[in-house]
Amino acid sequence: MQVTSAIREPLVTGGKTMHDITNDICKRVEEAPSKSWLMAFGASVVLFVVGGLSLAQTWWYGIGVWGLNKTVGWAWDITNFVWWVGIGHAGTLISAILLLFRQKWRTSINRAAEAMTIFAVICAGSFILMHMGRTWLAHWALPLPNTYGSLWVNFHSPLVWDVFAISTYLTVSTVFWYVGLIPDLGTIRDRFVRTLEENPLLPTDTPAERKAKLKKRRPIAAFIYRILSFGWEGGSKTWARYEYVALILAGLSTPLVLSVHTIVSFDFATSVIPGWHTTIFPPYFVAGAIFSGFAMVLTLMLVTRVVYKLEDYITMEHIELMNKIVMLTGSIVGVAYITEFFIAWYSGVEAESYAFINRAFGPYWWAYWAMMSCNVISPQLFWFKSIRTNLVWTFVLSIVVNVGMWFERFVIIVTSLHRDYLPSSWTYFVPTIYDVGDYVFSFALFFVCFFLFAKYLPVINMAEVKTVLNSTSEEARAKAFAKLKAGAEALKASPAYDKGNQV
Amino acid sequence: MAASKEPKKYLVGIYDHEDKVVEAVKKVQKDGVKVEEVYSPHPIHHIDTYIGHPRTRIPIAAFMFGATGTILAITMIVFMMKIDWPMIIGGKNPLYPPTMVPVTFEATVLICALGMVATFLITNNMGPGKVEFMFDRRTTDDKYALVVDLEKNTKSAEEISQILIKYGAETTPPPRIVEKS
Repeated sequence: MQVTSAIREPLVTGGKTMHDITNDICKRVEEAPSKSWLMAFGASVVLFVVGGLSLAQTWWYGIGVWGLNKTVGWAWDITNFVWWVGIGHAGTLISAILLLFRQKWRTSINRAAEAMTIFAVICAGSFILMHMGRTWLAHWALPLPNTYGSLWVNFHSPLVWDVFAISTYLTVSTVFWYVGLIPDLGTIRDRFVRTLEENPLLPTDTPAERKAKLKKRRPIAAFIYRILSFGWEGGSKTWARYEYVALILAGLSTPLVLSVHTIVSFDFATSVIPGWHTTIFPPYFVAGAIFSGFAMVLTLMLVTRVVYKLEDYITMEHIELMNKIVMLTGSIVGVAYITEFFIAWYSGVEAESYAFINRAFGPYWWAYWAMMSCNVISPQLFWFKSIRTNLVWTFVLSIVVNVGMWFERFVIIVTSLHRDYLPSSWTYFVPTIYDVGDYVFSFALFFVCFFLFAKYLPVINMAEVKTVLNSTSEEARAKAFAKLKAGAEALKASPAYDKGNQV
Repeated sequence: MAASKEPKKYLVGIYDHEDKVVEAVKKVQKDGVKVEEVYSPHPIHHIDTYIGHPRTRIPIAAFMFGATGTILAITMIVFMMKIDWPMIIGGKNPLYPPTMVPVTFEATVLICALGMVATFLITNNMGPGKVEFMFDRRTTDDKYALVVDLEKNTKSAEEISQILIKYGAETTPPPRIVEKS
């Protein structure tokens, strides 16, 4: 028995039953790819190939093909890395932190957000591998026995912490996502198996009957989803263990998600570069990561919602709540920007003060003001209900936020590096076509993965939406409201009510 | 050579609502029917305790794996930084505790998560390609199946079937017997 709220907006609209939920989500997996999907996927594959050529050049000639120089040793590569890792924070936040806070609205969006997390972290990892130059020696970053001593990695280095943090985050997020997928994969498997059982091929079938049955039967799909569903049966014992696993994974993932971007911020904060060496970085990076992650979830979910006709599952209530989180985290980021400036002045450290004045009014002023307007000003528009409940505004602002968050990382990295301690080393970073090409590659990789996910796996967590359906549907809400009203009227009619009023 | 086992017989009653199956589990047991398991398309809180299943020990396994991860990480760092090749950088203590925190934390989370999920799969007899036994395939869609092991009950299948129907099981088709070897 679940508690139903009479005042909260319903999370599933359209009078859906559990069977409707199964049908609406599974039919996207079962039907042939649509033209729009094929076009979008094809475009991603083309970009993947084009970006792949750029990546091949980067590997063949080394990272000298990028616009880096001896002063600016990190630029687009690490900007892209931090940007992708940041985007990869929303999925786990939605699944883990909102699960711990018992936020039922997460159920419609957690699956796609978790998938997005995994793909974004893979893209982030690709930049780590790229920026090493000699990617085939990437295992040197791991504490593996070797013929040089063994010469171990330095556990005092935040770069080593990063290796552990990113790989753990990717692994745990993938495990969390897949465990959540198993019941839904069982549902898809059973639909395919039922179609096989309902259409058995009999020797007595006429050729027409046989043809019709063969059209319906999907034995290969049944086989694949059987493998993927791990033999899921859905008994109460299994569900009880499943719920504990989900809860503990959420408990583990919550500090994990905070630790990952904290450690990413340590890559900068533990250095002695003015503009990087600040204690505000960990909370500021984490808030920024959630900010950009939610913006990306909004961008993707708004498109998926329209293309897959999921308006009854991803309602305006969901979008408004996500917009509120974007507004909150955007405000935290805005406060952090201002605090950085204040501390740079208040500390009295000349190099620090110069770094910040140079950010705002130096050669990269355009990047700084792009960042400020996209990240600080634009999310404040969500204070207006008419804007945060408007799909076009939400879509545009979600993209604006991610553009701004890319500029934030660019500003932090490039503007802090390009003015060295020696004016003779001062320089200006300009990206080359390979910087752009490798970034395009990561986008293509992300979208290839996301489109495959959207087509072949359930985009909404059916089991969890079914769990909340009884307590959050329009029907349940109407019943709860009627009960509340009846209770209030009964109270009014009782003699004790008048007596109480007189007192 | 051991004789092949006779298939066991189960009576399966189908319910169309979560509340109905929860009520049925409580009431049929009061009427003397031992419930074997309930299969559902989504988790139903506490139904396992109503059936009488012991509380899962997954959290204990998770703690043990987490502790293993912590110990392994600290051992690894101490061995690599201090014992095997003392790494003194800038005259600093190779085992300065705050620098050990991030890797120890990540290793704890990693081993805990992987160990716990492996335990989950093993205890449920699940794994890639494992063939499921479904009493009713609609239980992953919109139905709930209350399963009774006839060998563990003294009442006849007919009597149990009537009790299941009395507490809300679907009558078309009525509860049916399924054999599982």
